[in-house]
Amino acid sequence: MNKAVEVQSDLTGNAQALPSFPHYLLRNAELYRERVAMRHKDLGIWHEWTWPALLSEIRRFSLGLQQLGAQPGDKVAIIGGNRPRMYWGFAAIQALGAIPVPVYADSVAEEMVYVLDHAEIRYALCQDQEQVDKVLSLQEKLPGLQCLIYDEERGMRAYDPDQVRSFQSVQSLGDQTVERDPSAVANWCDGIDRISIDDLCVILYTSGTTGRPKGVMLSNRNLILTSLNANRFDALSEQEETIAYLPLAWVGDHVFSYGQSYTAGYCVCCPESPDTVTFDRLEIAPSYFFAPPRVFENLLTAITVNMEDAGRVKHGMFKYFIKVANKYGEKILNGDSVSPWGRALYSVGNLCVYGPLKNRLGMTKVRVAYTAGEAIGPDIFRFYRSLGINLKQLYGQTEASVYITAQPDGEIDANTVGTPSIDVEIDIADNGEVLYRSPGVFMGYYKNDEATNSTKTPEGWVHTGDAGFIDDAGHLRIIDRSKDVGKLNDGSLFPPKYIENKLKFFPEIKEVVAFGDGRDYVAAFVNIDLTAVANWAERNNIVYGSYQELAAHPAIYDIVRSHVEKVNADLAAESRVAGAQIKRFLVLHKELDADDGELTRTLKVRRTFIVDRYGELIEALYSDKQEQFVSTEVTFEDGRTGKIEATVKIQDIVSNQASAAQVAI
Amino acid sequence: MSATSETVATQASTNGTSVLLSVDNVTLTFGGVKAISDISFNINKGEIRAIIGPNGAGKTSMLNVINGFYHPQKGQISYKGKTRRRMKPYQAASSGIARTFQNVALFSGMSTLDNIMSGRSLKMKRGLFWQALHVGPARQEEIEHRAYVEKIIDFLEIAHIRKQPVGKLPYGLQKRVELGRAMAMEPELLLLDEPMAGMNLEEKEDMSRFVLDLNSEFGTTIALIEHDMGVVMDLADRVVVLDYGQKIADGTPAEVQSNQNVIDAYLGVAS
Repeated sequence: MNKAVEVQSDLTGNAQALPSFPHYLLRNAELYRERVAMRHKDLGIWHEWTWPALLSEIRRFSLGLQQLGAQPGDKVAIIGGNRPRMYWGFAAIQALGAIPVPVYADSVAEEMVYVLDHAEIRYALCQDQEQVDKVLSLQEKLPGLQCLIYDEERGMRAYDPDQVRSFQSVQSLGDQTVERDPSAVANWCDGIDRISIDDLCVILYTSGTTGRPKGVMLSNRNLILTSLNANRFDALSEQEETIAYLPLAWVGDHVFSYGQSYTAGYCVCCPESPDTVTFDRLEIAPSYFFAPPRVFENLLTAITVNMEDAGRVKHGMFKYFIKVANKYGEKILNGDSVSPWGRALYSVGNLCVYGPLKNRLGMTKVRVAYTAGEAIGPDIFRFYRSLGINLKQLYGQTEASVYITAQPDGEIDANTVGTPSIDVEIDIADNGEVLYRSPGVFMGYYKNDEATNSTKTPEGWVHTGDAGFIDDAGHLRIIDRSKDVGKLNDGSLFPPKYIENKLKFFPEIKEVVAFGDGRDYVAAFVNIDLTAVANWAERNNIVYGSYQELAAHPAIYDIVRSHVEKVNADLAAESRVAGAQIKRFLVLHKELDADDGELTRTLKVRRTFIVDRYGELIEALYSDKQEQFVSTEVTFEDGRTGKIEATVKIQDIVSNQASAAQVAI
Repeated sequence: MSATSETVATQASTNGTSVLLSVDNVTLTFGGVKAISDISFNINKGEIRAIIGPNGAGKTSMLNVINGFYHPQKGQISYKGKTRRRMKPYQAASSGIARTFQNVALFSGMSTLDNIMSGRSLKMKRGLFWQALHVGPARQEEIEHRAYVEKIIDFLEIAHIRKQPVGKLPYGLQKRVELGRAMAMEPELLLLDEPMAGMNLEEKEDMSRFVLDLNSEFGTTIALIEHDMGVVMDLADRVVVLDYGQKIADGTPAEVQSNQNVIDAYLGVAS
């Protein structure tokens, strides 16, 4: 059965590099006959598929797709959440030599049409009616589209069955093929053998902080070698379990939940729905876990809020043992020497506090956890590590098939992103920009040679667009997006991300946008975090009717102000950025939202867009106005628009030297 | 008035739809106050029927009459071909009429799951004794009921609050749980008393979708009271309009909307 061809195994040392993911599927079905490859919670019950069962499901779908006319080289969109059938789609499509193109499922129709059109989609695998409707509404602009396939039956009755088919019906098409011609299975395997390691594997569209999304073409070699290296780096085996909950179209999920799972043979669990991930994680207790800093921040906020409500004894215990953890936890995790007394205290803490807490977080079995995408607050990072969770940072990009650098066990520093990953070379350009070269470096941007040439040098070096440096220990430190770093009019350095991150580390603050390039001083938009602030408001008997009302509350302004002052004090202490203290700020009347184009689908701030949209607010920040009226168009989830109007107050902050002087008087 | 309802009834029968419930010349008084006077209309199998009217028009009283909570002084109600003068609420429930309430009426200390499970109690065959022992057939039965409840939870997209006490949930979600409990009875006729009251636009849209899907997927006949005219016009197949306990119009949303009596009742007339 297993017709996998061995390729140059010297490429990655001991792990076997096969030419494609369908090859790995065949291998795993042979090698891990009893192992669970995938789990999915449906109607309250976890269902499982072993590797052979997974192979059978994928093969049936793949053969059906072939019957529908899918040809090698065809692009097939995958639009949906973290459901097994969506993941099966990848291997099923690749087995035919076709190319899967995952698309952010929450993008509105206008955003989606660009990607679907640009990628010349011929088939679309959609999760449900919502996605089917979205694609059908774009049909006129997508002349190449042949057929839509949907996963969830709900509401799917009144559609043309030739054009819109259910996943099962495609699978039964596959079954019929095998009944008619038993050699179809062998032919299917022969088809897989024709796939070369240098063929295009997947096109992932970047979320695009600036301009249109770009289609990053990754080859089998890119993804397979990177996955094998990543598995080797953290000694990941078929024993791992992980939970898939991040967008399918994001390279991280593609590598963690597909690439690494197939190459290592470990199990991927799909949650019941995006809202139940917290509970599902508790039930699964993954051993390998990835989350952007936002998730860790939210979890910590929830813990803090819940502890406020706990009884006095529990609260006291929590406080005491968290102090103990702060003192000894990281040292124990790093394997440093700790006094017997410290170890004893820590193990009592583990029994009473850390253990139960980790259990609630679903992190009891975590061997390796990663965070990436944004800077994580040092305090948040240390908190999880002190509990004994091996949380590490990595630095990656879609163009690199994720891994550029990662922190090796025992060499953890909250401020760095680690050493170069296996087979990755790093170079720092004269202007401070980080460059890398690795087997994971992408083939190019789809139908955009201009962008490819400006990002990738002929020698294979890729410009990250991030400014950074390598510290004495050989770890990479990222400062900011190099093009975002600017200068104030008095010549002092203005690193917006650096300032924003400092503020975002406070639980009450969700998002910050700092301005200052080419201005006289630094000013900032602040977005409050509704979970944290609403709880605080309830505790302090502050009544509010809406987000907008809460955001404008004077007491909220006081809190934000105190945080800004702390950040200013921090900045003042660092000579390099002392000039970039925040002079004026305002609390935005609405949450920045990806539906309004203010954030990318991976929730990064789109700076230029915000400058256009809130121009009048920015001007008000650089005038002596104390408030400014603003009317903003907002987009609802179904794509319709409405308006939010507000008068936003602006506050001045006395700069730090001056306030110190006041104290002295 | 009754002439209109007869024409509607004949229209319905010629269209080949069968009448599930018909209300004939019902009058309900509280002491000297006439809450409902001489009202007749019917509900066809499989349709979404809206009852609208200004405040105090007698809409909720009408629902209470249908599910047997109030007993009308005059007139009769036929349900599935059977005419009963006095139907008790439990009889209504066991013959397939479920309802939700204007103000949420859930067991606030119990979880979402338990609340919806309570809607299955009429379907449970084993007695208290067996259920308390939770062995053998009783256990098997509970598993079957739980499976049905899980379908409802999936349908209403409330998996994330499955185990949370409903008292702590936001209002919009409580309304959804209440709908879930009514659905758990597998009703033939579902009475919804202002299912969208107090909801924001997004919640209303969600609820509308659930009502439509419920109607088309589960085949449940729905009678709903609603104030939001936009919702009524989009959802309902036919609308009956009440004012001061009288029926002033009956027909498709478009017909009702252009009816002068309705316009007068809603906007007032210069006297």
